[in-house]
Amino acid sequence: MTTVETPAPREMTVIYSRADRVFRGIVTAGALTSLILLGLIASFLVYRSSGIFREFGLKFITGTEWFSDSFREVGDEARPDSSVFSIGPMIVGSVVVATIAMLIAVPLSIGGALYIEFYAPRSIYRVLVAMLDLAAAIPSLIFGLWGIEIFTAFGVRWATFLNDRLGFLPIFSVEFENFGRSPFVAGCVLASLVVPITTSVAREVYSRTPRDLIDTCYALGGSKWGAIRSVVMPYGRSGVIAGAMLGLGRALGETVAIYLMLNLVFKYSYQILDSTGGNVASMIALKFGEATDREISALIAAGLVLFIITLIVNMVASNIVQRTTPRS
Amino acid sequence: MMQRTMNMTNSDLETTGRTSDPMSEVTSFRGLETRSVHAWFGKHHALAGVSLRFPERTVTGLIGPSGCGKSTFIRLLNRMHEFIPSAAMAGSVLLNGSDIYDPSEDPAMIRLKVGMVFQKPNPFPAMSIRENVLAGIKLAHLKRDNHDDIVEQCLTRAGLWKEVKDRLDASGGSLSGGQQQRLCIARSLAVEPQVLLMDEPCSALDPGSTLRIEETIKELAEKITVIIVTHNMQQASRVSDFCAFFLTDGGPGYLVEADSTRKMFTNPSDPRTADYVQGKFG
Repeated sequence: MTTVETPAPREMTVIYSRADRVFRGIVTAGALTSLILLGLIASFLVYRSSGIFREFGLKFITGTEWFSDSFREVGDEARPDSSVFSIGPMIVGSVVVATIAMLIAVPLSIGGALYIEFYAPRSIYRVLVAMLDLAAAIPSLIFGLWGIEIFTAFGVRWATFLNDRLGFLPIFSVEFENFGRSPFVAGCVLASLVVPITTSVAREVYSRTPRDLIDTCYALGGSKWGAIRSVVMPYGRSGVIAGAMLGLGRALGETVAIYLMLNLVFKYSYQILDSTGGNVASMIALKFGEATDREISALIAAGLVLFIITLIVNMVASNIVQRTTPRS
Repeated sequence: MMQRTMNMTNSDLETTGRTSDPMSEVTSFRGLETRSVHAWFGKHHALAGVSLRFPERTVTGLIGPSGCGKSTFIRLLNRMHEFIPSAAMAGSVLLNGSDIYDPSEDPAMIRLKVGMVFQKPNPFPAMSIRENVLAGIKLAHLKRDNHDDIVEQCLTRAGLWKEVKDRLDASGGSLSGGQQQRLCIARSLAVEPQVLLMDEPCSALDPGSTLRIEETIKELAEKITVIIVTHNMQQASRVSDFCAFFLTDGGPGYLVEADSTRKMFTNPSDPRTADYVQGKFG
């Protein structure tokens, strides 16, 4: 009896055509370019801000004082620089305003997307979708101006109502009854900026629900709402989360609208109806124009912090998206 | 408009030609009945003058080449047709004598009585096996307190219980294609339909799974009426008691003839039926 010798696996080669090689080169270059750009931005931020972090350490993130000793540059180099840079309240402000915006925007977006996809008459469907995409392209400056000129009047009424009814809760209490430039009102304006993007993504995701899953719900005697609740929403969950994260990215980094809507106050505050607040991005915009060299380094350090926060948010988001994607 | 009327000798399944006033005719017929049913998609006339009877506790196979309106017809039987924009219908569909298109009928209640299993196995992706079976009860807000019994009973009738009884909390998507389709059948059974429509339920499955489902269909027919669309002639001859043959000449689809499956496969009245069941066209 002869034993069959197990052969060594053969090597498999691929021959790429010329067109394949060129195309491969182009897409690889494209992918590398964005990665290299990201790396360069990160290293620029780290390089320019390293001095600030060495000097202030963790204090830069937790402290509540921003003082630029700008007179020193004019004359006496002998006098020690008494600048203090720290952005604690701005970080908290970024998170607070973005959270308010998301709490308002996400339910609105889900409702809006479901309406457009499942309830809107066919005749206005296209118009609604086009308007939504248009709204997503409006510069945030316009939203900021609208916020100040028009919305604040309404926002103040809502804020007054909240303070009146729920003022016993610390976050709805105020020190001065001046609700106009509060994180709550700014959060509302930010929400209106986020809604178009999130709605657009959510609608797209909902529209991909397999038709026969929806039909199955009807075939089981379900209503439209039943089909939406048991199939459309679970099916679209991960996509909607991804869309909300796109919106959150915009909300965290929003500069101009917040710059117009909020007074920058370097004080930790959890009272969202009080006229104190600010966020990292708008602070950078506000201070940059008249900054000394050292202050610019500090602003760049603030930029790095924002960069890292955004990175973390995105990583957490993609993790959630992966875990909630239905497997079938 | 094309109008086909058949004179049948078989009294169990007769096509009731177009009557002058269908509503005046008092019927004591138990089961599902269509009277000169037409279907349109916009201006496209998809189905013309189909009159058929589906007696209780029988299996009827709907056969015919692609595009002859079988799926359109089956979707008319539980009011799924109207979900397609611009879809229209004429004629009447009677369940135990009452018109399911009557304005006073709630379409959701009709679909509860006339269930449907689709071509592709489609368990709800975010739900476990158990939740899938109970999905209809939740969707239709039925009051049931013996959920465990329903799950066991429906899975048993669908021929799946033994395979999944130890992992009812596993995702429905973790099953094989054939098991998924049986889960879908179990899901349809949970709301206790009187009629089950099946639109090519085995076309995406391997032969072994197909046989399992055919056994299931025969068992189901002890209690309910089954109407199955199939492109597989062997399947039609294996599972069905009656067959209805649809055809199109480029215009709307119409019914050529309907009779007992044995007669349809051995001695059909129309030569086109004979050609089709022998695989000479289609």
